[in-house]
Amino acid sequence: MSQFLQLLFSGLTVGATYALAALGFSMIYNASGVINFAQGEFIMLGGMVAAVLTAAGIPLPLAVLAAIVVVALVGLLVEKLAIEPARDADITSIIIITIGVSMIVRGVVEVTLGKGGRALPHFSGETPIAIGGATLLPQSLWVMAVTAVVVAALALFFGRTRVGKGILATAHNRLAAQLVGVDVKKVLLASFGLAAALGAVGGVLIAPIATTSYDAGLMLGLKGFVAATFGGLGSGVGAIAGGLLLGLIETMTAGYLSSSYKDAVPFVLVLVILVVRPRGLFGLGPSERV
Amino acid sequence: MQKVVKTALAALSFTAMAAVPALAADPIKIGSVLSATGPAAFLGDPEAKTLQLYVEKLNAAGGVAGRKLELVTYDDGSDAAKANGFAKRLIEDDKVDVILGGTTTGATMGMVPLVEKAEIPFISLAGAVVIVEPVKKWVFKTPHTDRMAAEKIFADMKKRGMTKLALLSETSGFGQSGRKETIASAAKAGIEIVADETYGPKDTDVTAQLTKIKGIAGAQAILVFGLGQGPAIVTKNIAQLGIKLPHYESHGVASEEYIKLSGAAAEGVRLPAAALIVADTLPANDPQKPVVTGYAKAYSGAFKAEVSTFGGHAYDALMIYVDAVKRAGTTDKAKVRDAIEATKGFVGTGGVVNMSATDHMGLDLSAFRMLEIKGGKWTLAD
Repeated sequence: MSQFLQLLFSGLTVGATYALAALGFSMIYNASGVINFAQGEFIMLGGMVAAVLTAAGIPLPLAVLAAIVVVALVGLLVEKLAIEPARDADITSIIIITIGVSMIVRGVVEVTLGKGGRALPHFSGETPIAIGGATLLPQSLWVMAVTAVVVAALALFFGRTRVGKGILATAHNRLAAQLVGVDVKKVLLASFGLAAALGAVGGVLIAPIATTSYDAGLMLGLKGFVAATFGGLGSGVGAIAGGLLLGLIETMTAGYLSSSYKDAVPFVLVLVILVVRPRGLFGLGPSERV
Repeated sequence: MQKVVKTALAALSFTAMAAVPALAADPIKIGSVLSATGPAAFLGDPEAKTLQLYVEKLNAAGGVAGRKLELVTYDDGSDAAKANGFAKRLIEDDKVDVILGGTTTGATMGMVPLVEKAEIPFISLAGAVVIVEPVKKWVFKTPHTDRMAAEKIFADMKKRGMTKLALLSETSGFGQSGRKETIASAAKAGIEIVADETYGPKDTDVTAQLTKIKGIAGAQAILVFGLGQGPAIVTKNIAQLGIKLPHYESHGVASEEYIKLSGAAAEGVRLPAAALIVADTLPANDPQKPVVTGYAKAYSGAFKAEVSTFGGHAYDALMIYVDAVKRAGTTDKAKVRDAIEATKGFVGTGGVVNMSATDHMGLDLSAFRMLEIKGGKWTLAD
């Protein structure tokens, strides 16, 4: 029983990090129909900037805040310099541009911040919380709680605010949105800034548990993308469900079957789901935009 | 006008060179293929810096056998498939006298057929046993093998009265080669492997595998075989789960970074590593003391970075070659090869090297020290 509980906790911790990564993918997909493969780099950048700042003696809360702001600015810059000039290109080209952006970001970080791994202090200590024979790190609770808050905030933003609705409208039909007065250019800019900030939040939350390095974004981006497709691209609830499920399946496979199959089982499941239900678990409507 | 002057100058210097026959002889060309960038950069970067630093140092001291050294380095970007092409370039275009490198086992094995065919001395900086077993005429290596790491750990376990080991290995090339060697040499050492789990090099959480190991009755120690950040995450997870078993790591984490990333969780962890890591705490009568302190000081002085055993492998390779050239009195490839094979009692950062026709690495178990992390510092365990 305590073994199951431990695996459950582990799965939820890992799953919450995947969910945070998946949310960023959904965010930009919602605004533009583009899958932003630089999302993983935003996550890495958040963790790296915060780690560098705390190592330089800046207090943790300030460093975290600064990291989120810096990464949001990078997101805006990416949109301005790489995405906007290509706005008339088709979506596949833009997706390829995001892959290029991810390589540039990774390279710049490798050269400027170094190749070594970095760790961020835990937000509220490293003493594990014992529940029924299993243990959980306080940082895991941070990850889960912030993920929940972010989902709720995003739901409010897209459902209740003019800007949020504008973003959704633009994604649905760019021309129509433009005709009713939505500033399409600004929408795309805002969504990149927001997704980058979201990635940074994930990055600083995960960094104490998982450590970070210039190439950490590759794996997180990949798992986040899988989680997002699993749950249904563009759906906030889907991103969370996809992330948590992916994490749980991974740890349960490692715990009860064998760790050799840990990475294979979720990918096989995703393939099955995409065959049976191409839009993902919570995706709405046929995904003609891809 | 300027062009005419230039040509005239060139012509002048040309005749001047011809007039002074072979006083300034051609430099000795040292070729190397390293993974200075990409995932293996934490190995290749200190190796590249070390070669560059020591070639400069040797030249400043007048070169080797009256000739300057010239270093030609290619970066394979951690892509083993590219190493072969660069080796070809070194042999055919650059016409080097020796090749050092192959940061990874994959890159090394990709270059082996070329150097064997071209009959050129080749000293690898990669770990796996396959490089020197079976012995290849022109191929040597400086780092310790993963089999030696496993044997050293087994010996330490036996000394502490333990025989049952839970193995957790990384799915990287290093981890899987380590897993293979650990399992293969366990029976002979009288060690029973009671768990055989794996984790990915980029995994963010390994508690699932550790929970499974925790549930196995009879496990007396845990061995984690991996490189870089993965083992640090495993170490933190072990602390989180409150697992009290003695914890061994491989020589793959023998750098300051591991202690920094794992924090307090690394306390009490043991691992086999070269003396370089504990250069300062070595007793004064240790034969390696002057070599390792000298290298550590030169490296951290030049690059303002913590010294690692990986750069030390490059130092050893370069010095073994230079030593062989001095003894052979020539850079003739066949004679230098024979001289390298005859290396005896060479004190490097990795240990005391005694090569032979059947041993192209020349290190024994005494080259590894068993270290323990105490108070956030590496200390000698015995």
